[in-house]
Amino acid sequence: MRAFIRETSSVVFVPGVNCDTDQIIPARFIKADREEGYDQFLFHDIRRDADGALDPDFPLNRPGAEKARILLVEDNFGCGSSREGAVYALVDAGIRALIAPSFGDIFCNNALKNGVVPVRLPLAVCEALADHLAANPEAQVTVDLAAGLVTLPGELGSHAIVIAPFARECILKGLDDIEMTLTYMDRITAFEAARLTDVPWLAR
Amino acid sequence: MVPVTKPAARTMFAKIWDAHEILRHPSGQSLLYVDRDLIHEGSFHAFADIKRRGLQPRRPKQIFGIADHYVPTRGRRPEDAATPAIERMIRTFDANMEWGGVRHFGLASQEQGIVHVVAPEQGITLPGLTIVCSDSHTSTQGALGAMAFGIGQSENAHVLATQTLWQVSPRTMRVTVDGALGTGVTAKDVVLALIARIGAGGAGGYAIEYAGRVVRNLSIEGRLTICNMSIEAAARLGMVAPDETTFRYVRGRHFGPTEEEWDLALAQWQQLPSDEGAEFDTEITLDGSAIAPMVTWGTSPDDAVPITGRVPDPASFASSEKRKAAAKSLEYMDLTPGTPLDGLAIDRVFLGSCTNARIEDLRAAAAVLQGRKAVVPAMVVPGSTQVRDQAEAEGLAQIFRDAGFEWRHSGCSMCAAMNGDVVGRGERCASTSNRNFVGRQGPGARTHLLSPAMAAAAAITGRLTDVRRLAEGGA
Ligand code: SF4
Repeated sequence: MRAFIRETSSVVFVPGVNCDTDQIIPARFIKADREEGYDQFLFHDIRRDADGALDPDFPLNRPGAEKARILLVEDNFGCGSSREGAVYALVDAGIRALIAPSFGDIFCNNALKNGVVPVRLPLAVCEALADHLAANPEAQVTVDLAAGLVTLPGELGSHAIVIAPFARECILKGLDDIEMTLTYMDRITAFEAARLTDVPWLAR
Repeated sequence: MVPVTKPAARTMFAKIWDAHEILRHPSGQSLLYVDRDLIHEGSFHAFADIKRRGLQPRRPKQIFGIADHYVPTRGRRPEDAATPAIERMIRTFDANMEWGGVRHFGLASQEQGIVHVVAPEQGITLPGLTIVCSDSHTSTQGALGAMAFGIGQSENAHVLATQTLWQVSPRTMRVTVDGALGTGVTAKDVVLALIARIGAGGAGGYAIEYAGRVVRNLSIEGRLTICNMSIEAAARLGMVAPDETTFRYVRGRHFGPTEEEWDLALAQWQQLPSDEGAEFDTEITLDGSAIAPMVTWGTSPDDAVPITGRVPDPASFASSEKRKAAAKSLEYMDLTPGTPLDGLAIDRVFLGSCTNARIEDLRAAAAVLQGRKAVVPAMVVPGSTQVRDQAEAEGLAQIFRDAGFEWRHSGCSMCAAMNGDVVGRGERCASTSNRNFVGRQGPGARTHLLSPAMAAAAAITGRLTDVRRLAEGGA
């Protein structure tokens, strides 16, 4: 995993409450191997019209949008299917952080595993940021994971980033949690032996 | 003298969590032991991950592979797949399972089916277990008193390699459904009513326990349906305390305890229900008697209303977020505010998915269809090959065929349209599945979620129809 310490970037607002992972990446694309690059699938259907042409009004299709490393999205972003392809698509498109009032649970875990930082901010702050971006599309936001702060443009101030401390540590160091867990193997094995004695039908 | 302290009352969720916590990291996250991991074709990313690391599945006997998302429903050979790319998914799955030494139920297996239908059926799902699967509807399996939840591919690779998972404990919510369900009202209607009430994000960060008279009186099939859609309210998982209904269901299933072990198992499972006085972070109560057959009008599962209702006016919603979303939904669904849902013309019917394709669901639909004909294209995709065989034996398959339904093989099929079974652009589909998202059943497809009995009623009239009226003999 690529370490994330801090990132300053312009922000694109992709509206839509309950934006589910089928919108982020339609199911028909998730059989692709990761090596093919998932950025081509990001918001595939909703950024195009019925004939497959890019919709110039979709926020990520506007000129300059490709520079953004941070997206502002709405409530319950990434709900629905557990497909990690939704996060692969964001990562491969260069997105490193997301700001929303709330995220889908599994999506949030998937993001953390891939070094993408989901930043939860109150609805009113998100709305104010959306308004600010409408008037100042080049405005910069800094997500500083090391300091645990996100700094918004204009008068919008700085806000704490609340994420699970263990996940934060892994992302800051670019640590791989499988390797870390393997260092606890003695305790896992001991626990497992007791569990299999209690529940002998577990592994036959 | 040591003072005698009464142990604190615990929820079922806390009991199962505590029994699986290997250690707690100073940061607050817990390393949980995973009893069983379920794999489907989409898990190939996780396999690629552990192969890259030179690892193998650590506990292959606690991993079960089941082909469901991509399987063809017209035939049982990989070459029956809709496209070569889909065929490749099925073959890769078999190859990965063999490589990992994992027991698996492939396309042609008698035990094949949708993972969340097969796991309870085979006794893979049992009370008190922690069960994960890289599929969000893993919450289904909590109906047996298990802690079952969906994970992503990175987490799945972690489970394959270590049989554990780092987790932060969710908060707990109890949903109590009292009263009694009316005629024609099913578990699907209960859970749609719940989601409509609390919203698609309403249970975000929670583990739900379903309780109350209505839930106690439900069969395991009905409880599976309710727990299945917990995720549509953003819950981490759903669960129902095991009781006599559960024990009767579980006994004798293949991967469960043997008869010699039964008393030991029972003694453990009887300890699982939440203690009296256990506190939940949030309590929700629903009056089951007041629930009507439900149907969705929009593109989020919380866009659900009683079939007697009308398409809402976006302006009627309190929040600006919801007003915008509703307006967009109506445009996509091609609906006008104020239109009565009862009577809305549909183009096809899909009876299937891990929400509603178990034997009871097929019975409920067949009871409505008996002696009648579908007037729109309709298909039944049984939740598992065993359900399919049983439906054949009970004569249900014949009722479906006589009514003009296509009688397919088991799989996810049109629920997620990944195997090539798709709803056409602009088509309106009455579906017993769980998601009415934009494009979920195919690009441009319009989904109305409802129960199996309601789906059967819609097939007969070609319109969304209050099944209670049909049952009384009218049309
Ligand atoms: S039936 Fe639908 S919801 Fe259930 S596992 Fe398959 S694709 Fe997912």
